[in-house]
Amino acid sequence: MHELALAQSVIALVETTARRHAARCVTRVRLEIGALSHVSPAALQFCFDAAARGTLAERARLDILATPGEGWCMPCGATVKIANRGEPCPACGSYQLTVVRGDEMAVKDIDVS
Amino acid sequence: MCVTCGCSNDEAAAHGLQEEHAARQDQEARGSALHAAASGMPAYRHAHPGANNGHWHADGTWHRHGHDAAGTVGTSLALPVAGRAVSEASRTLRIERDILAKNDAIASLNRRRFAEQGIFAVNLVSSPGSGKTSLLVATAKALKHDMPLAVIEGDQQSSLDADRVRAAGVDAVQINTAKGCHLDAQMVADALRELQVVDDSLLLIENVGNLVCPAAFDLGEAHKVVILSVTEGDDKPLKYPDMFHAADLVIINKMDLLPHVDFDVTAAIDYARRVRPGVEAMLLSTRTGKGFDAWLAWLQRGVADATALRMQTEHT
Repeated sequence: MHELALAQSVIALVETTARRHAARCVTRVRLEIGALSHVSPAALQFCFDAAARGTLAERARLDILATPGEGWCMPCGATVKIANRGEPCPACGSYQLTVVRGDEMAVKDIDVS
Repeated sequence: MCVTCGCSNDEAAAHGLQEEHAARQDQEARGSALHAAASGMPAYRHAHPGANNGHWHADGTWHRHGHDAAGTVGTSLALPVAGRAVSEASRTLRIERDILAKNDAIASLNRRRFAEQGIFAVNLVSSPGSGKTSLLVATAKALKHDMPLAVIEGDQQSSLDADRVRAAGVDAVQINTAKGCHLDAQMVADALRELQVVDDSLLLIENVGNLVCPAAFDLGEAHKVVILSVTEGDDKPLKYPDMFHAADLVIINKMDLLPHVDFDVTAAIDYARRVRPGVEAMLLSTRTGKGFDAWLAWLQRGVADATALRMQTEHT
């Protein structure tokens, strides 16, 4: 269950930033998780709750902004939406799609007090 | 505490976390559904009543409501992203960093060290039981007189795999992840301190048997190689796309058993190329040696290229 490792990475990033700005408490953490990334939001939420105990983020609400998957089709040149890897181009049916968006996993910002 | 796999000083607590999570995942699988919205709208996911694992809003945000002491669901604090109203004492701090930035930074250091030393590092991934360790031991025996090589083994527990490699006459270090499900860059960096890794050599890293989690973690390797045996389903690439997308080479293993199973080799490679167009594929049997020469040649080319790059860099 690698979401635990990811949650701990999020908390480490969040705490470093909060401490640098002399914040006492983190109230919200906003993540951007791509539809094609390696993350289950529910699993990440569960692990975040557990991993945040005893840290500056223990009362933080986790908001996950989903970015859709997008790819560029080499044969027909179209930029298309991709819901899942392994799906063909809706325009021409080719599988030669290069993902251009949707595999990101990033911490966007936090609210602190 | 192990920052990457979560096993704390109190390992019992970490173990309890795993059991609770397994139960929650089961509940989520029963209680949530993904619906495709009308065309042109983003898809949204919601939880069925009774499974409060979170939900999506139409603006594309996901979160979970809290419960008060009486068990009733608390009021959502969902606010529009633009013009967020925060209390006067509250500030918003931008971070804009990849979640795996720390692992990726350590992986980059590993990769730089490999380049400086002319080390060709390969990360072997697969589900448990694909024949990874047997393939690795056979590889070590075949190459140990041709080039220096070392092995990093990853398992939850025991040193059985590293023992097998050492019995074959090759230096190996065993990483035990305890409750962890994947190797990460820091574990590899730590393992390198225990190995006598020399210039112009081969480093084989056998990841924890797991077709999901290792895909997300860069170790600093030159290539991920995914091993799929014919005793598994030929549709694995479609069911585990992240791993097959991340790999630069697909090895179809245990080819000697093909007459006894319903595995469609052409279909398996076709599926792998749907998630990773043009990916290289090899068919081999560790038991009979069929196809092994091509695999050894691939490794030898990798070491030669790493050596050439090291020498080129040193002279500039």
